[in-house]
Amino acid sequence: MTLHPVARLAAQRIALGLLLLFAASVLIFLGTQILPGDVAQAILGRSATQQSLATLREQLGLNEPALTRYFSWLAGVLHGDLGIALSNGQPIAPALAKRLGNTLFLAGAAAVIAVPLAILLGLISVRYLNRWPDRLISAVTLATISVPEFLLGYIVIFFLAVQYQFLPSLSTVYDGMSFGARLHAIGLPVIVLVLAVLGHMMRMTRAAILNVMQSAYVETAELKGLRPFAIIAKHALPNAVAPVVNVVMLNLAYLVVGVVVVEVVFVYPGMGQYLVDHVAKRDVPVVQACGLVFAAVYIGLNLVADIVSILANPRLRHPR
Amino acid sequence: MNDDLAKLLAFVDKGGLGRRAFLGRTAAFGLTAALGTTLLPQGLKAQEAKKGGVVKLGLQGGESTDTLDPGLANAPAKNNVVRQWGDTIVEVAPDKALVPRLAESFEGSADSVTWTFRIRKGVKFHDGSEMTPEDVAATYRRHSDENSKSGAFGIMEGIKEITVDGDNVVITLKSGNSDLPYLLADYHLQIQPKGGMDNPDAGIGTGPYKLVSFEPGLRYVFERFADHWDPARGHYDGVEVLVINDTTARTAALQSGQVHAINRVDPKVAKLLSRAPGVQVKSIPGPGHYVFIMQVDKPPFDNKELRLALKYAINRQEMVDKILDGFGTVGNDFPINASYPLFDESLPQREFSLEKAAEHYKASGHDGSPIELYVAEGAFPGAVDAAALFQASAQQAGIPLEVMRVPDDGYWADVWNVKPFCASYWSGRPVQDQMYSVPYLSNAEWNDTRFRNQEFDDLIIAARAELDEAKRKEMYSQAAMILREEGGVIVPMFNDSVDAISEGIAGWIDDPQMELMNGFLTQKTWFA
Repeated sequence: MTLHPVARLAAQRIALGLLLLFAASVLIFLGTQILPGDVAQAILGRSATQQSLATLREQLGLNEPALTRYFSWLAGVLHGDLGIALSNGQPIAPALAKRLGNTLFLAGAAAVIAVPLAILLGLISVRYLNRWPDRLISAVTLATISVPEFLLGYIVIFFLAVQYQFLPSLSTVYDGMSFGARLHAIGLPVIVLVLAVLGHMMRMTRAAILNVMQSAYVETAELKGLRPFAIIAKHALPNAVAPVVNVVMLNLAYLVVGVVVVEVVFVYPGMGQYLVDHVAKRDVPVVQACGLVFAAVYIGLNLVADIVSILANPRLRHPR
Repeated sequence: MNDDLAKLLAFVDKGGLGRRAFLGRTAAFGLTAALGTTLLPQGLKAQEAKKGGVVKLGLQGGESTDTLDPGLANAPAKNNVVRQWGDTIVEVAPDKALVPRLAESFEGSADSVTWTFRIRKGVKFHDGSEMTPEDVAATYRRHSDENSKSGAFGIMEGIKEITVDGDNVVITLKSGNSDLPYLLADYHLQIQPKGGMDNPDAGIGTGPYKLVSFEPGLRYVFERFADHWDPARGHYDGVEVLVINDTTARTAALQSGQVHAINRVDPKVAKLLSRAPGVQVKSIPGPGHYVFIMQVDKPPFDNKELRLALKYAINRQEMVDKILDGFGTVGNDFPINASYPLFDESLPQREFSLEKAAEHYKASGHDGSPIELYVAEGAFPGAVDAAALFQASAQQAGIPLEVMRVPDDGYWADVWNVKPFCASYWSGRPVQDQMYSVPYLSNAEWNDTRFRNQEFDDLIIAARAELDEAKRKEMYSQAAMILREEGGVIVPMFNDSVDAISEGIAGWIDDPQMELMNGFLTQKTWFA
């Protein structure tokens, strides 16, 4: 019995993803090895004495060879144990899980608004191609994507938090906060993230649909007298899904792994700040764990995009 | 009026005693509350502390890697957190007077070698147990252990023995040091149950606020500790410390009313912020200073003439004006300023002089190869700009100074104390002895300039045990002049500490030692 071509392609993609993840773990490990500086010095700061540095290095097992440390770590990860943070002696998994949860919450909230909005704006742009709604949407989204995120952050803080006190400038979320309170707290970063990713997705939707609009079946639909918006939404969009999904996934991945600047500006306890703090402290196990999670998110989302593209292709879905 | 009462009044004047505590103690002299009130200085009477409210601090200097071990506190947010839950046995008041806290009283022997601290009774830890002299001794033993990672290890090194004698803790030093009580006021030395030997991260102490919850580098929540021993401290119902490392975010949080006090206001925005409604900016001259350090054992900095050339080629006033925006004072190539006790105002100020710089540069016979100054923005705020100013003025004097800009990351491990010429900072110490001993004695652990001068060492060590203040002051002046002439440190400026608080906070007292009233803002202020 042979596998359905879609299943075979998907299995191939998943296997490739796992291989990539392994390669990423090797790269992450190599990267952490060539960082300048030293864990003990970074933990104890400038005021450390030689004596206390030597003591700490001994305690942390930093004198073991790199290869030994890598494989014992990899074995731990495969057993679900991410190890102990060198800097504060706490287990990594619970702290990381909390931060990852926060990051996914923020990214999710931004995505829930940004993705439908971007696609809708893309459709409107095509409907009113080269007329004022199209030009306005393009101008605004291109402007917001061009402004650095920290500046967007400061602008919304100035107007919405300091001048009108509409939303809080600090987005700190913590245990025991209600869902509503959390949503209120992340209002400003969500606005900034939506503005930051909207342009890319909207422009891609617009371009992909315009491509399809040249085809014969769209012309047929037009000749049949269908309403322009129905043609775009029902006939053009499904055939433009593959490139759109790719860009959407790229932006979702960005929302998860690339928002450290936004986290800093709004004091949001996500993965980015967590990773940066531990890089500065040369806390190798945490950096590796974060790197692995980020790599998994990136590879995972791209995998989804690939599979959706395959499914969106009728020739693959219905083999002869 | 008897002598004790006079002393007590002087103490109130210095801010060492709150109104409530003052009235409590005058009552002990048999005075009525009414008479006690009439004796109080006017300013204090006007400010009756109110209880209640939750005060929120937005602080720079915390990371998700932080722990609660006070020995590891080495950044502003962490240093402030230990003040919430802990107490030291003595404190240094804003005017540098010593205030007994968990010790009721203390005295040193005539040679300053043996010190006896009488420990207060009836003081409770947050876990309900009573604090004993054993806890105090254990705390000091933990921080003075060779294997300890404590930031206070350097100042505990001079201790030979710590013993408990009844209600007293007796500390015997290796050699006389009349500053010992100042050293024990160090913020690392919060008294912990059993010295924190078994669990240094517990966050349990005798302080006015009890830890409720915390997330490292993010948020620390405290509630008032009902059994705190000193009713004059801790007027708020609770304290929240939020770590906000981004300067603009910190300022915005204060302006939008989400926090009541912030530290490290950027000097560039301080003047603008002071005009914002509902905000007071507090700029306090202190002992913190920025430095360029030359390692005097490495060429070309082993040449005294070249060092002098560089010292004359730096335009200090320009740096204060442009780097600190006026929030600071010029330095004089030794690490002491007027914020220290026994400072000698009459020492000559080194002036910017291109002629003298050129003269000394010529005398040095330097071959004209580039002199590389390593600098990162993280060395001190504005370090890169300061180095550029230094380069420009040095080049006017014909000195080929080159700025080597490096990343913040790894700066303290790979550049500072490694490269022969780089930028750095010191946050200052409570007394002159410590500020000289920690980086400038020949055998000092952190001798980042590699300065070794027998005459200087002798002066500092002799001054340590000297009890005659006039003689001691003279010794420090001589030491300062030696370091100023011979040393490898260039001190262009002393930076003010700039905090900002909301107008709702009352009871603020300028304290030059550390930011936010030496960390005592939550203990000493209240909501008006």
